[in-house]
Amino acid sequence: MDKQIGSLRSLLAAEKGEITMVKDKPTKSPKLNKKRRVKWTRDDTELTILAIPTTVWFIVFCYLPMFGIILAFKNYKIVDATKSFVFNLLHSDWAGFENFRYFLSLKDFPQIFRNTVLYNAVFIVLDIVLPVSLAIMISNIYNKRCSKAYQTLMFMPHFMSWVVISYFVYAFLVTDKGLLNSVIRFFGGENVNWYAESKYWPIILTIMHIWKVLGYSMVVYLASITGIDTSLYEAAVLDGASKTQQARYITLPSLYPMIILMFIMAVGRIFASDFGLFYQVTRGAGQPLTPVVATFDVKIFQMVTTSPNLGQNAAASLFQSVVGCITILGANWIVRKVDPDSAMI
Amino acid sequence: MAQQMKKNHKKESRNDESRLNRIKPVTNFFFNFVFAALALVCLLPIVFIFIISITDENVIRTQGYQLYVTAKTVSTKAYEYLWTQRKTILGAMWVSIKVTTIGTVLGVLLTTLMGYVLSRKEYRLRGFYTMLIFIPMIFGGGLAASYVVNTQILHLGNTLAILILPLAVSSFNVVIARTFFQSTIPDSVIESAELDGASQWSIFFRIVLPISKPVLATIALFLAFGYWNDWYQSMLYIKDQDLQSLQAMLNSMQKNLEYLTKNPTAGLTSSDMIRMMPQESVRMAIAFVVAVPIACVYPFFQKYFISGLTVGAVKG
Repeated sequence: MDKQIGSLRSLLAAEKGEITMVKDKPTKSPKLNKKRRVKWTRDDTELTILAIPTTVWFIVFCYLPMFGIILAFKNYKIVDATKSFVFNLLHSDWAGFENFRYFLSLKDFPQIFRNTVLYNAVFIVLDIVLPVSLAIMISNIYNKRCSKAYQTLMFMPHFMSWVVISYFVYAFLVTDKGLLNSVIRFFGGENVNWYAESKYWPIILTIMHIWKVLGYSMVVYLASITGIDTSLYEAAVLDGASKTQQARYITLPSLYPMIILMFIMAVGRIFASDFGLFYQVTRGAGQPLTPVVATFDVKIFQMVTTSPNLGQNAAASLFQSVVGCITILGANWIVRKVDPDSAMI
Repeated sequence: MAQQMKKNHKKESRNDESRLNRIKPVTNFFFNFVFAALALVCLLPIVFIFIISITDENVIRTQGYQLYVTAKTVSTKAYEYLWTQRKTILGAMWVSIKVTTIGTVLGVLLTTLMGYVLSRKEYRLRGFYTMLIFIPMIFGGGLAASYVVNTQILHLGNTLAILILPLAVSSFNVVIARTFFQSTIPDSVIESAELDGASQWSIFFRIVLPISKPVLATIALFLAFGYWNDWYQSMLYIKDQDLQSLQAMLNSMQKNLEYLTKNPTAGLTSSDMIRMMPQESVRMAIAFVVAVPIACVYPFFQKYFISGLTVGAVKG
């Protein structure tokens, strides 16, 4: 689960640097290259030693699970209880794509698919439109001290875990005591049983998502706005541009690379979801909310924690990984076609 | 005095400059209003749960959660109750603190080590290691595979290690560290150290780390907040009560109101406990106790978070 969307920018800038480096290689004289390759220096040895701990970490926690996908193609059975897990895994029967077929033919699969993609689509649009407009707005406020105070306060939800937020939501929504129902009663309405009415949840979840990420993404965009060359604005003033025109023709175009970057990353993650939002805020994503709040992550979590069929679970999460990987590469490919400078890979 | 005047003058001239090009006062007022409202919306929930936590249980039962407290409805029962349960709560807090400190130190070390290695341009395996950290960014084995590996092969289920290790490194942080080292540490410094015969080990610990405090702070904070706020690992892997962190405790409490009464204090049966326990306000009191440290601490570290976003913006 990604925790720091904000570091994307640096990451991608760096990755681009990496790519130019790779592209630069052939331009170097091949002779020099060859010479370098032959020589393995003491520095190389020392750097390799320095890299060992982290390499081990990556192998154990990133690459070992990648080989774990073998599970998805197996019909895991305990062949010999005295032997290790790996032994049993290797001696289980191959299942081919049977496990995937099971997952894809689940009755709620279309529902989960729809939920994941739709929520993400809405989030992608809102996560660009709202923070960008708010960032432009807050950059124009006269009093910088006020602006800092707003930013700090709006940053707070980013640091709250979804568990804590679920208590906030509960205080507002619980049927008999919740604040929202008190307000409704005050205006002469009837209590609404929020946790039992699935029709409200798409809106509640969208609001909570915005509530949590808005301040953070606003600050991200604001950081790029403050980086814009001020002489552009000075020139615009001399040409008689209004504030709105400046925002439209200077600020917004300067933000495009950043917006596109965030967009690619968000599209690439369209099959992932913020598990905490869908699981904690809904208090376990149980019935009757499941049909409108279950996403891939929720379903896979439920499978992993309740179903003992390792092959099917692995197939479900591998399906998500593969589709996610394809969308990332696809989104990147499209962007590279349109605007090669903005592509990340 | 002269300095003061100079300062004033400078301030004025800057004001004149910006006054030429700024939004209308009405628009400014409107924007301020919008942001004040948004800021309030972000702050309100935490204030609200605090108010609930100090409201008398009977008032809550009869009138629901209140947005304000008066002298009549105020009650510190919830916090008194928490005090009687301090063993459980402090135990959970101790787990949180342990996980956060060990994890942050370990994570910063692993991240910066790899970041430094990748920042050395003449290193022969640089391309290989770059791929090693890049691939996990776009592809992973998925939850089921990680779960099986962690529990069946590494046997980390129900240990403190499972709360620490999987979150220690992320490709993103490694790239941030690498970009920082590449862009801010002059090659000449490292080259001259190499000429003096320093090993990479001592270059890293004696030269690179001491002058990289900003990126250390950024990564440490990313990690520390990640660890402190983590409930997911506990939910998946931890069954043992003694290994519950604060967030995990809050999480199990949500599913099970009577969580605290599962550890009855000597001499009381659990039904006594339930009767004694001001339930609604206690839950909110615990949520408040968990949320407050973070809410108090983050404003001081905010700038590191923002610098974390921009630190790598310089191309590597």
